[in-house]
Amino acid sequence: MSPALSKHDPSKKWSGPTRPYDLIKEAVIAIVIVGILAGGLAAVFSSPDEPALTLKSWALTDPADFVQTATSELAGTSGTAGYGAPYNTASDGQVLGPLKLQKWAGVRIPINTAKDFVVKPLTILPDAAVQTAVNAWNVGSADEQTKWATSYGDALAKSPKALSLPDTNNSYGPVPTMITSLLGMAINGALDGALTTSDTPLPTDFTKPMLFIADSGTYFPDYAAARHLHGDQWGVMNETGSWPGQSWLWLFSFFYQVEPFKSSENADTWVMGLLGVLSVALIFLPFIPFIRRIPYKIPVHRIIWRNWYRRKQD
Amino acid sequence: MWTVRVREATVEKFEPTDILPDHQPAYVTSWIYVAGVATIAAFVSLFITGLVLTLEGPAWWHNSSVGHYFNSVHLWSVELFFVFMVVHLWGKFWMAAWRGKRMMTWITGVVCFLASIITGFTGYLIQGNFDSQWIATQAKDGFNAMGIGAYFNPLNTGQAMLIHVALLPLVLGGLIGWHVILVRRHGVVPPIEAGGAE
Repeated sequence: MSPALSKHDPSKKWSGPTRPYDLIKEAVIAIVIVGILAGGLAAVFSSPDEPALTLKSWALTDPADFVQTATSELAGTSGTAGYGAPYNTASDGQVLGPLKLQKWAGVRIPINTAKDFVVKPLTILPDAAVQTAVNAWNVGSADEQTKWATSYGDALAKSPKALSLPDTNNSYGPVPTMITSLLGMAINGALDGALTTSDTPLPTDFTKPMLFIADSGTYFPDYAAARHLHGDQWGVMNETGSWPGQSWLWLFSFFYQVEPFKSSENADTWVMGLLGVLSVALIFLPFIPFIRRIPYKIPVHRIIWRNWYRRKQD
Repeated sequence: MWTVRVREATVEKFEPTDILPDHQPAYVTSWIYVAGVATIAAFVSLFITGLVLTLEGPAWWHNSSVGHYFNSVHLWSVELFFVFMVVHLWGKFWMAAWRGKRMMTWITGVVCFLASIITGFTGYLIQGNFDSQWIATQAKDGFNAMGIGAYFNPLNTGQAMLIHVALLPLVLGGLIGWHVILVRRHGVVPPIEAGGAE
């Protein structure tokens, strides 16, 4: 055996036999081949581009769902209305054991669903009847507002295909007029504009319209489910169509498929926390006693360096 | 003086031939070594296609067949980037490539991997289509649950776009550069059982 192949301190510069190796040539060849490969895959398989959903497409496709969701925004019973931080203080949100990380981060993106999603957009409509209804809502007490919207929401739930209901018991206040007008705004596209430009005339932040759409009872979730994007469909790593998506998130997606995370009310905190711990463990893997010895116990390196070991034996 | 220590810790520990050597140790013969440079090659492809998409603006690829093709090359470069990077990472694990004062090389490599996941994620957020809408609305719950959503809001497309286009390429490019410098400085890890402090 060559002395240079017998014992070598890996922290020292290699002083044994070498072979010609042109790093620049290797890099150039790699860039050309990978470029051809990516260009070829793009030409053959393209990429997904399913058009974005809008409040308009929602109102046109599933107006009854829009009406019910908009009423829940007024009543304060929608997902966003009861979300907690960073949008409001309606709940503590998810917790990680004793750690209320969501609550502690505070309300940094304040959202009042009744005001931001319904009342404020309606104020731009040049319609006297609508403005009368908005004024009636604004002068009503909090209890009255809740009673009107909740009563109307309950009635809509019993008539799931209804777009509006008559106020036979005089218990809905201005809510039917407001919701019907909001549906009209959504159908003609004005609500998309109103929500995206509510903070600035040149918007880049779609938080408000997207939270509203995400509160949808059927339209948004059903659209995603049909494209195998739900969490229980490994949706964290999927894309629309048959494209590979973010397959590197497989472990993240996996935890949502198994107990105790699958049925936990705090699944996001547990999965995010667990992935955080695993990430730190991967970073400091060389310091973890048992794990760092695995490459010595399972000799895959014998395959990687088979030429060198063969030469060593010779 | 810290400036002297910085110089001593960097350039003075480098021999000119370490940066671009024309020879490598005789044990550098496996195809596994190609995964590292292939990852960098995919990053180059990502950078070039990303630059074109940036110069043309976020709506271009939705309305132009050429733009759609560039977006597709960008997407497939991401897929290849992660395939090569994961193969590289597994290869280095089975080589126990942290041996011989190469801990920081391993650490910077894993941080590159994690930063790449965040970069890929922000890229998916700014596509301006249904995929980005769905991913943003679902991801917000994870970020909000950890208190991160109060500072990074996936529904704020402008924020995600600036992070993906302006910030993360710099961070990732810097990390990859640091990682490569460490590889060149310490050399390719020798085979297990070649001896020494393992």
